[in-house]
Amino acid sequence: MTPGNGKPATIPPASTAELEALRREVAAWRAAYGKLPLREGNFTSISGRTVEPVYSPVDLVDTLGGTELPGNFPFTRGVHPTMYRGKLWTMRQFAGFGTAHDTNARYKFLLERGQTGLSVAFDFPTLMGYDSDHPRSEGEVGKCGVAISSLADMETLFDGIPLDQVSTSMTINGPAAMLWCFYIAAAEKQGVDVRQLQGTVQNDMLKEYQAQHAWIYPVEDALKIIVDMFEWGSTHTPKWNTISISGYHIREAGATATQELAFTLANGFSYVEHGMARGLPVDSFAPRLSFFWDVHNDFFEEIAKMRAARRIWARRLKEKYGATDERSWKMRFHCQTAGVSLTAQQPMNNVVRVAYQALAAVLGGTQSLHTNALDETLALPTEESVRVALRTQQILAYETGVPNVADPLGGSWYVEALTDTMEREAEGLFAEIDAHGGVVAAIEKGWFQRQIAASAARFQDEMDSGTRPVVGVNAFVEEEPDRPLEILKIGEEADRTQRERLGRLRNERNQAAVDRSLDELGRAGREGRNVIPAMLDCARSYCTLYEIRYALEKVYGAYREPVFF
Amino acid sequence: MTTQTKPLSRPIRVLVAKPGLDGHDRGAKVVAAALRDAGMEVIYTGLHQTPEMIATAAIQEDVDVVGLSILSGAHMTLFPRVRKLLDDAGRQDILVTGGGIIPAEDAEALRGQGIGKLFGPGTPLAELIDYINQWAAEHLDQ
Repeated sequence: MTPGNGKPATIPPASTAELEALRREVAAWRAAYGKLPLREGNFTSISGRTVEPVYSPVDLVDTLGGTELPGNFPFTRGVHPTMYRGKLWTMRQFAGFGTAHDTNARYKFLLERGQTGLSVAFDFPTLMGYDSDHPRSEGEVGKCGVAISSLADMETLFDGIPLDQVSTSMTINGPAAMLWCFYIAAAEKQGVDVRQLQGTVQNDMLKEYQAQHAWIYPVEDALKIIVDMFEWGSTHTPKWNTISISGYHIREAGATATQELAFTLANGFSYVEHGMARGLPVDSFAPRLSFFWDVHNDFFEEIAKMRAARRIWARRLKEKYGATDERSWKMRFHCQTAGVSLTAQQPMNNVVRVAYQALAAVLGGTQSLHTNALDETLALPTEESVRVALRTQQILAYETGVPNVADPLGGSWYVEALTDTMEREAEGLFAEIDAHGGVVAAIEKGWFQRQIAASAARFQDEMDSGTRPVVGVNAFVEEEPDRPLEILKIGEEADRTQRERLGRLRNERNQAAVDRSLDELGRAGREGRNVIPAMLDCARSYCTLYEIRYALEKVYGAYREPVFF
Repeated sequence: MTTQTKPLSRPIRVLVAKPGLDGHDRGAKVVAAALRDAGMEVIYTGLHQTPEMIATAAIQEDVDVVGLSILSGAHMTLFPRVRKLLDDAGRQDILVTGGGIIPAEDAEALRGQGIGKLFGPGTPLAELIDYINQWAAEHLDQ
């Protein structure tokens, strides 16, 4: 390969005569195939894509056709030459419920059973920047994740877990900077050198406006804080991923595989452009940009999506944004199996769905993986269901032999052709986004939101009409109701405990330090300075989440969504 | 329609609402569009609504039905709160129904508190359209 331009120097070119002969042979085969009886069935992908009955080299003639190598630009076949021989993917189960104390016990349970990274699920109040005792939090404290209202809760969450020895992913967006500051301050309290901290804050606000909807400030102000994090993190926490640019929520909200691919990458480009507009050298922050993909049911489409994503990112970073550090070109990502694909009906079947999706994630070259538990359409998972989900990854890693070879589907005519096709489709959507004035303008017009809702409606139509079979839901339905599963119930104790803890905190902390640090944060916001140093001081002074949120809300105001259906 | 009674002479008015902090609106939007396509007049509140905002909108818009979509686990707080606010305003006649991630025993407990049928994942849209039409045939003046 020629390093650099991504074009192969020495693809053994099929001669024109050979190709023409093959083309004729394929055409004859297609003609014969066309006369054969086929079973009744849907031969499109779950995204509605037409899939050919067979693929051959004629589908590849204008492409690289699997002659790239893992660890080489443009990384279609993986970001490392050794892939899973060098290091298995990180098995990272997303977990959080109740109080910090409850979730701390679940983390210890998972670490003792061989999990290799932590992933924090926050409750809705925390996701929106409200304290547990805020009126808007009523009924929601600890329900969908763990309640974290200040540094004190963060200290409890990681009690007995040395923060220089684990990597932690935090799914937090609107108040990402605040929770990140709590984490850094908790590490300081443990005596850990924050330069050694490893992990990720999701911090992807563009997809919040498009799909997941946990926002606080208007779009451009949110982007400003994100760039503050890139800037501060690049020197203070060099091993920390300051963003995880996420397709997951876009897909779960209804997008097709190609929409997930293209919208997420477009968001990624937007972050790069905002960082560069601040004057940050692209190579100072691009190596810490990470990604997050959904892994849905359509096996090959998902694998092709991840391969295409790496190739597009590498080329853009190098060719358009002028990154010269190889680490800037490499798209590293986390995957989660598709929550939306799980069924409440016959829930044991979900174990099988998750296993196939996990295989697709690994064949797609993921760096870390969350496998959903079988009961997640009913409630947060129990310890038992989480254990099965984790064991699913361990069976894949240690029993199947799949990790022995990098990109084992590379060179498959189908997978290579699909990779190329999805790359072209994504380029088409980038052009459409540009025509709408770019990502921010398209969000403000509701363009992404409408595209996603239209895809969700198409899928629902296919389900309702039965053209998209879902086992246990519209096909192979059992007459007898399912035996009820034992599910995790979260009561109101977390709410009571959190109120007491916050009451105590407000009484015991140094109020003068709280007031001073909040004033300084507001000043930093008003003056357009990087807000992270002041926010970290707020965290250290035990300001609560909502106090910090509000200090900047006074400066930026709040986001208002365009409402439509 | 599964009902034998005469259809209503006016469209059924439905408020589709997302209470609480939960941002998952895929279901709410799919349902809102389906109810509209089934001939109902549908108003969608948008996200992050308080029970007070929802009850006020329901009364101001003079709807027949309020459909709440809750995937956050806060259903045991939010459904009864909206019901009570409507009752306190003298609007016992408005049906409060909905769906989301709601365990069967919770759905049953909520039915005992005056909440209508709740629909879970995988429900065909026709099922909830039929439910609302049936309810309207039985409860609304023709």
